Amino acid sequence: MTAPTTAAAGQQPQPQPPLAAGSARGLLDRVLRMRELAILVVLAVMLVATQIDNTSFLSEQGIKDLLLNATILVLVAVGEAVVVITGNVDLSVGSVLGVTAFAAGDLLKHGGNPVLSVALAVVLGAALGAFNGVLVGVGQVPSLVVTLGTLYIIRALDSIWVGSREITASLLPSGYKTFGHDGVSAVPYLALVAAVVLIAVGYFLRDYRSGRECYALGSHAQAAALAGVPVRRRVLAAFVLCGALAGLAGALYLARFSYADAGTGNGYELTVVSAVVVGGVGFTGGSGSVHGAALGALLLTSINSVLPAIGVSSVWVEAIDGILLLLAISVDRVMALRIAGLLRSRARQARTGTNG
Amino acid sequence: MNEPGPDLAVPVLALEGVSKSFGAVRALRSVSLSLYAGEAHALAGENGAGKSTLIKVLAGVHRPDEGAVLLDGSVVEFGGPAAARDAGVAVIYQEPTLFPDLSVAENIFMGRQPRRSFGRVDHRAVREAVAALFRRLGVAMDPERPARGLSIADQQLVEIAKALSFDARVLIMDEPTAALTGSEVARLFAVVRALREQGAAVLFISHRLSEVFELCQRVTTLRDGALVAAEPLAGLTEADLVRRMVGRTLDSLYPKQETEVGAVALDVSRLTREGVFTDVSFQVRSGEIVGLAGLVGAGRSEVARAVFGIDRFDAGQVAVGGRRLRPGSPSLAMAAGLALVPEDRRAQGLIMQMSVERNIGLADLKAATTAGFVSRRTERDRAVDWAAKLQVKYARLSDLVGTLSGGNQQKVVLAKWLATGPRVLIVDEPTRGIDVGTKAEVHRLLSQLAADGVAVLMISSDLPEILGMADRVLVMREGRIAAEISRADATEQTVVAAATGATAGSAR
Repeated sequence: MTAPTTAAAGQQPQPQPPLAAGSARGLLDRVLRMRELAILVVLAVMLVATQIDNTSFLSEQGIKDLLLNATILVLVAVGEAVVVITGNVDLSVGSVLGVTAFAAGDLLKHGGNPVLSVALAVVLGAALGAFNGVLVGVGQVPSLVVTLGTLYIIRALDSIWVGSREITASLLPSGYKTFGHDGVSAVPYLALVAAVVLIAVGYFLRDYRSGRECYALGSHAQAAALAGVPVRRRVLAAFVLCGALAGLAGALYLARFSYADAGTGNGYELTVVSAVVVGGVGFTGGSGSVHGAALGALLLTSINSVLPAIGVSSVWVEAIDGILLLLAISVDRVMALRIAGLLRSRARQARTGTNG
Repeated sequence: MNEPGPDLAVPVLALEGVSKSFGAVRALRSVSLSLYAGEAHALAGENGAGKSTLIKVLAGVHRPDEGAVLLDGSVVEFGGPAAARDAGVAVIYQEPTLFPDLSVAENIFMGRQPRRSFGRVDHRAVREAVAALFRRLGVAMDPERPARGLSIADQQLVEIAKALSFDARVLIMDEPTAALTGSEVARLFAVVRALREQGAAVLFISHRLSEVFELCQRVTTLRDGALVAAEPLAGLTEADLVRRMVGRTLDSLYPKQETEVGAVALDVSRLTREGVFTDVSFQVRSGEIVGLAGLVGAGRSEVARAVFGIDRFDAGQVAVGGRRLRPGSPSLAMAAGLALVPEDRRAQGLIMQMSVERNIGLADLKAATTAGFVSRRTERDRAVDWAAKLQVKYARLSDLVGTLSGGNQQKVVLAKWLATGPRVLIVDEPTRGIDVGTKAEVHRLLSQLAADGVAVLMISSDLPEILGMADRVLVMREGRIAAEISRADATEQTVVAAATGATAGSAR
């Protein structure tokens, strides 16, 4: 693909074609793809094995349930992945999901327009994300601290506001609930929403300057500033996006489960971060993809469904999630070392090639 | 006050009476500078003279407290690096600033990627543009590989490609050649000359004065943040330039003392690390300075790391003072009397977020420890001692070491290791990126250490330094010791020939 073009303008009569540029896809791309492929294979093996054990597992309803379970986590994980790529983390997503779910429900309860209530959840989430983003991006406070703080603050305000109230199915319009359950044959509407978001964010990160700049500043913030990347603005935007997606997830959570109270989304942030890391998004920033994070989310939620289907007690779920997390990190580490070795030997070849 | 530039033109980029302070430190004091199209301008001065600050003002990173930046004769205010870049100012910084997780190609075009419809990045155009740039620079590097793991020289080449990737009207280079080999420097200069002939203005900083004379027409010298002189280079000698920079004449850059050579202190025999270096044997005697020369990538630093126990080796052995050293343990190596001053002082030699005194005390905490507690006072006293011995310039010992200039940082690394009282001192590029004044001091120090009976192994890419300081020169090529040359026989020709294998005729 990198066909030699014009501009052989060098004065030296020693044209040296760049080494190994002939491969259509770069090493980086291939590694990422490999990482995502690995999760996909694990997922497929797991599902097929379960299906063999329990033939009703992958029925139309079974597939629908798998996708429905994954949807909420995928949405939040996509937003979280963007934040992690910029070298930050957002721990407040669980609290945001909880408060937006209740806010949407509260509006619906009083006869509000369903579309408007989803919009409210998204806007509220974005506003909370902006608060995080301002503190992190402009205030230069580490995101771990900021969002740990907002996790508690939002949760507390939520508890004060909600009290012992709860939103139950009877308070919601039936259309909203139908939207949360039904779909096009085996594909639920919610999954379609998540897919659209995933594709759009993935496309943005890959093909737009501002998307690439998110990777750049996560990889080396100082270098990004020198390269003219508006670092603060990008960090702020990442948090706003993450908050907005957590808000959207809150509204969809309400549609899916027809329930919300002051405890909704409690502890969710840890599941989200697990999904992102299992999906191969480097926690130090600058690497990984939202597709990986989405696959990680799908894998984690599928385990939840698989274990009961093969008769394993669901108390094992968390242990297995934890093991998966450590496994993912180990795999990343081993791969990083091997790639470093590969690059070294390549560079050596290139060098001796030019010296000789 | 400035003489008119060539053909009385308006300077492309100029500074007029620019001052800049950081807290109490006045980095620049009413400095003026004019860069003309088609002219290469050198900026000379010791470390800490304000060169880096001046560059950052030109690059839009810092805004001047007083004075103005002029673009084509009219005052501009760069709001940030992007604004300066859009005005055609390209900067190659001393420390490469790459994104390790991104591909080389992305690194070069970050923020300026060619776009196609709907504002999407044209990945293919990026790849092709980078491939073309690399051809022009004669670089054999895969544009799609991640920047992580590139050698300093390769990182520098990426920075250069980045600066060339847009048609810069002003090209600013801060020590671009520090890590490059001779042929890479030649290629870079050819490209820079071509740019200059096309009408670009060039600002060049190098501590290698020969390069300054080779490339530039005019020179501006700074000392302590103030302008000393702005003049044509023709008619000046290196000594003139050094006098302007230092403010005094420098006795000798290479104050090598004759020393009493004693017993073998470091004995390396048949050391091999698969794929990195092979069958490396040499001895260093106490009182001796042995130079280790070779091209970047020949395996010199890797041998040093293996000797010191940072990296494992597959065969061979290391003995210090006649006793075999257990491989793979820096702490045992230190206990045996080895000290290693690493190549990259920022990443390996210092802990930038710690104070000067802490850094000095770090390698020999035991000396300041009683019953498991580190005495702050002993640590401080020792730091005061060593900082005075090495003439480290600092405001307070509790200042972060990252706030010192490069030369003073290097002295702190040296102090840290000298505090351990080593029998064998390995220094890797001890004067890279250091101004001449400090360089001479470091050389005097190494010479004094040898006179005191320390065995010194000095890895250096600075040929005059090797020739000036070493009693013997070992030359590595492609992971092997290619030659051992005595002080009497060591010349630029013999060392370069051994390093490149030119005469040995390695038919490849």
